[in-house]
Amino acid sequence: MTVAIFWVSPATDMENRMMVRTLLIRGMLVGFLAGILVFSFAKVFGEPQVDHAIAFESAMDEAKAKADLERGIHDVEEPELVSRKLQASYGLLTGVMVYSTAFGGLFALVFSYANGRMKSTDPRVVSVLLAITGIIAVYVVPSIKYPANPPSVGNPDTIGMRTELYFIMMLVSLLGMIAATMLQGRLRQQYNAWTSTYLAGACYILIVFTTGELLPAVNEVPSNFPADLLWNFRIDSLGMQIIMWTTLGLGFGAFTEYANRNRFGYRNGANIQLNAH
Amino acid sequence: MSDTAIGSHAIPSPAPIPVREIAPWLVFGLLMLLALYFVGAEEGATSIIPGMYVHEWVHDSRHLLGFPCH
Repeated sequence: MTVAIFWVSPATDMENRMMVRTLLIRGMLVGFLAGILVFSFAKVFGEPQVDHAIAFESAMDEAKAKADLERGIHDVEEPELVSRKLQASYGLLTGVMVYSTAFGGLFALVFSYANGRMKSTDPRVVSVLLAITGIIAVYVVPSIKYPANPPSVGNPDTIGMRTELYFIMMLVSLLGMIAATMLQGRLRQQYNAWTSTYLAGACYILIVFTTGELLPAVNEVPSNFPADLLWNFRIDSLGMQIIMWTTLGLGFGAFTEYANRNRFGYRNGANIQLNAH
Repeated sequence: MSDTAIGSHAIPSPAPIPVREIAPWLVFGLLMLLALYFVGAEEGATSIIPGMYVHEWVHDSRHLLGFPCH
């Protein structure tokens, strides 16, 4: 059996700084790739739901305009700033790409902190664990309290309050997840992986559940809005998030593992003497 | 750090990157958050650029990405 000897000396500050730079660029690239997948999915599955919802909205508006006209009130139609065609193509593309690339970058920054500070030494495992906790903290939990809504659901007058509540929920969920992760690390010194993760997870659920109970409920779905349309829209919204976080988790880990293999030459069975200087 | 001898199939344990080396890059993290703000909340609840153009342009993605809209 071949035994490789590694002489791992501490990386210099400069090397570390360049490492973060490399990870950041990698994260944004993977985020960009994820964005293309998310956009394709959104274009095929999400857009039809948005169109159905807008058709519903227009029908409601027309009915209202007709009723108003009978009472002698002339409704003024809002001018269209950006055409539906543009919103559904380049507009959607812009939003999704910016969102995915930005999350890719943030993901890389969190990874550069987490890698080497977790029990697992495999970058692919670290990356996947970050993606799983990420989607739960950033999307799943905030959406359970304040789910994604298609056009025509939501009162324009309450947009300020709704945005505030959504971001509060997201912030608490994110901080709760960070706290739970730190707690898991502490518990790990005393308990095994199962028990410490179980206890830390319970703490996270307690935090977000309590917050969810304290924050006010928002339900602005029109009573005659089609239930299946609402369901499909929300499932497609979740699907987009699953595609993005899966691509980030698996893609970023795979790229990092590949880069490390080339850099450190491990797994080649070769006798490599590695000296960082 | 000490010299480490490991088998041919083992992965060298990554040394954690010191926080002081990550910190300068957090500026980019702030830029990412600003980008997310433009997709998620600009000209909804708050507004930096006057008008509704940014909001209307990213309208569909804002709905589908789960942000509150109108």
